[in-house]
Amino acid sequence: MEWLNAVVQGTLLGGLYALFAAGLSLIFGVMRLVNIAHGDLIVLGAYLGLTVTIILGLHPLLALVIVVPAMALIGYVLQRGILNHTLGKDILPPLLVTFGLSVIIQNALLETYSADPQKMNAGALETASLSAGGLSVGILPLLTFGIAIAVIASLQWVFYRTALGRAFRATSDNQEIAQLMGLNRRHIFGLAMALALGVTAIAGIMLGIRTSFDPSIGGGRLIFGFEAVIIGGLGNLWGTLVGGVILGVAQTIGAKIDPGWQLLAGHITFLVILAFKPNGLFPRINE
Amino acid sequence: MAEPILKLGDLDAFYGDFQALYGVDLDVAPGEVLAIIGANGAGKTTLMRSISGLSQNAAEMVQYRGEAIGALRADQVAEKGIALVPEGRQLFPSLSVEENLIIGGQIGRKGPWALDAVYKLFPILKERRHQQSTSLSGGQQQMVAIGRALMANPDLILFDEISLGLAPIIIKDIYAALPGIIGEGMSALIVEQDITKALSVSQRFYCLQEGRVSLEGASATVAREDISRAYFGVE
Amino acid sequence: MNPSDFHVTRTSAVTKIAVVCGAIALIILILAPYWAGRADMRLMGELFLYLALASLWNLMAGYAGLVSVGQQAYVGFGGYMLFALTIFGGVHPVGAIVIAGVLGALIAVPVALLIFRLRGAYFAIGTWVIAEVFRLSFAQVSALGGGSGSSLPVGIVRSLAESRSGREHLSYWLALASAVIVIASVFFFLRTRNGLALSAIRDNELAAGSLGIDIWRTKFVVYIVTAALTAMIGALIFLQKLRISPDAAFSVNDWTAFVIFIVVIGGIGTIEGPIIGTLLFFALRETLADQGTIYLMVLGAVAIVIMLKAPNGLWGLIRSRFDLELFPLSYRVKIDTSKEKD
Repeated sequence: MEWLNAVVQGTLLGGLYALFAAGLSLIFGVMRLVNIAHGDLIVLGAYLGLTVTIILGLHPLLALVIVVPAMALIGYVLQRGILNHTLGKDILPPLLVTFGLSVIIQNALLETYSADPQKMNAGALETASLSAGGLSVGILPLLTFGIAIAVIASLQWVFYRTALGRAFRATSDNQEIAQLMGLNRRHIFGLAMALALGVTAIAGIMLGIRTSFDPSIGGGRLIFGFEAVIIGGLGNLWGTLVGGVILGVAQTIGAKIDPGWQLLAGHITFLVILAFKPNGLFPRINE
Repeated sequence: MAEPILKLGDLDAFYGDFQALYGVDLDVAPGEVLAIIGANGAGKTTLMRSISGLSQNAAEMVQYRGEAIGALRADQVAEKGIALVPEGRQLFPSLSVEENLIIGGQIGRKGPWALDAVYKLFPILKERRHQQSTSLSGGQQQMVAIGRALMANPDLILFDEISLGLAPIIIKDIYAALPGIIGEGMSALIVEQDITKALSVSQRFYCLQEGRVSLEGASATVAREDISRAYFGVE
Repeated sequence: MNPSDFHVTRTSAVTKIAVVCGAIALIILILAPYWAGRADMRLMGELFLYLALASLWNLMAGYAGLVSVGQQAYVGFGGYMLFALTIFGGVHPVGAIVIAGVLGALIAVPVALLIFRLRGAYFAIGTWVIAEVFRLSFAQVSALGGGSGSSLPVGIVRSLAESRSGREHLSYWLALASAVIVIASVFFFLRTRNGLALSAIRDNELAAGSLGIDIWRTKFVVYIVTAALTAMIGALIFLQKLRISPDAAFSVNDWTAFVIFIVVIGGIGTIEGPIIGTLLFFALRETLADQGTIYLMVLGAVAIVIMLKAPNGLWGLIRSRFDLELFPLSYRVKIDTSKEKD
């Protein structure tokens, strides 16, 4: 029963990792950009959530109403102001520029909020749980998992059922020809980054309710998101959820064996999958 | 002649680092079909890229309805009413046939062309509308590419090597459909390696040789030997 | 003009002057213990170690197109090997540095086989995962102090030299030697067939492949050699620090972020770039370091601006203005002016 419990907890944790990964996956899908600052942007979302809850006295989940559009705006401006200028055949500029961004965001957060760990207070939601047949499942992890499914389903819908998604796919296929269709790729990329950072804001707030956070943890979140993307297969959003779940389960089972093994077990699972299925479990994009 | 819809004045243009066009002057009258002929590397593709905004030049080098558009981006040029059927068709592989057509019309210009009209012109596309565009035959893909450009309801449509890589019978079909397409009051610019085909559908032609206009005239009356001289540069 | 009127050469007056100046500077630096203070020597020692790390990262990213954000894996690995070999193996520290390099190369082989499956930017994050695996694994080794780390026993420190100044001189010279050896190795490597292949890959991977250059193998060799040298430098770094912990040993900021800034600011894909970058980095650090986080934000902003506005860095700006090259790598066509009037 304890093992089953670990698997259930890990699965739910995977929902959070899928939220970390969804933005990364979306950005890569549309513009082949890998954003090294992604983890720090998740943490930025958490801090914005914290600020909103403190200043306005809102519940963290209500803070989403403000933080999601704020992060989306940051995403659009970031893309049009900086990242669009790095896109091209050479992979160095986007990589190094987002790396620089990562350092800037991390230290700006440190300067503003100090290095002390923070946490958002979600009240009764944090401790509420459901019990069934000896298993106890927290409402918050369950909610996070539900949000992850909803987010991925919405992204899937946007991608395959809307004009915006059509524009994303067309631009991803062939930027020049998409321009001929009247699509300004700089604007399209800006919208894609806005959408990605909107999702990132949700990820940040769910993270900030679940655990304490400080400015230095961005790198670790980037790695979890990245591992979920690669395990699931590049460009496959539902695969990303599966990737997140596999990573989450590996971590909780690792922690069950020895608390020091939690993260290591996740990384090793990732490396083993990379060794045997280099394109992930459900690849969409053949690079 | 009426005020030209498109006018190139002293156009110098580059393909990467190489200068591909030198002082090209050219004009297209409203409703006119113009052919551009020339050997490989004569600068035809660069000409198309310069007009459509895929490569940018000095603004006044390309004038459309009296407006200098040479420095605009491709999406801005498209909104003005110029559409390109690119060489090699270049459909969007992640979009279905119908989505390829819809995205062609997403600029929202008013006019006769909509999904129904394109399906009437190429009925096979209606049958295949939910398929991935890459699953079609070459000829059908070319129909999608033409339909996609028409969906924008352009006033000027550019065809870049639409017969390239297609079977002769398909080429014949597509050229048979062209008058019906262009007949709706559009102007057209046709780049073509097949000189006979190009001359048969156009009123006037320009011949490019090494980036310069080597000959221009009426398509119906030009002498064969003049063309081969202008085409190959043989004296 | 006759074919005999010109010849192709790598050297120029500038490179000859650079050799002479470089030799003089090197002699002065070797003699530093006789003219520099204790603090200055410490700073210069650290500078040389960063210069070595930066030159190695530049070889990978600037020439082989392998952008790693996980080189701290090998810095920390080298450091831990130094501690393990000296404490448990009874090896002399200098010997342990060499063995750490060999072990670094050995461990890099399976790592490369794995992460070479990732392309471009994903390769970069993959290297970071590896570094995390190293960090978490060493944190599990209780004999080396687990998560809190351990110090180098006094006896081992003494085995370097009896007096404190003797030890300081030795570690200064080792740092200087490592920088000189790394730069010289990079320079001579780039002049070999494999090195030329690297430049070909950087300029055009497709064309390089069609010329029969085994791209995968060349990149693999670069990765392994870089790992070995980085591990040796890591051993040297922690021989100076005398204390090691997983967080310090595998710090992404200390061993990768700073190194990347040095290379980007100085000029990626040139030998001179990391040298200029290191000097500038230390100048900035010494003047701004007490600003803490602001200093790091400035560093990040400078790197972004350089990447966007001058992707070839400071050395790129200098070179394009004056057509300079201190390390003779590219060929130049020389016309013999004395014969030109014939």
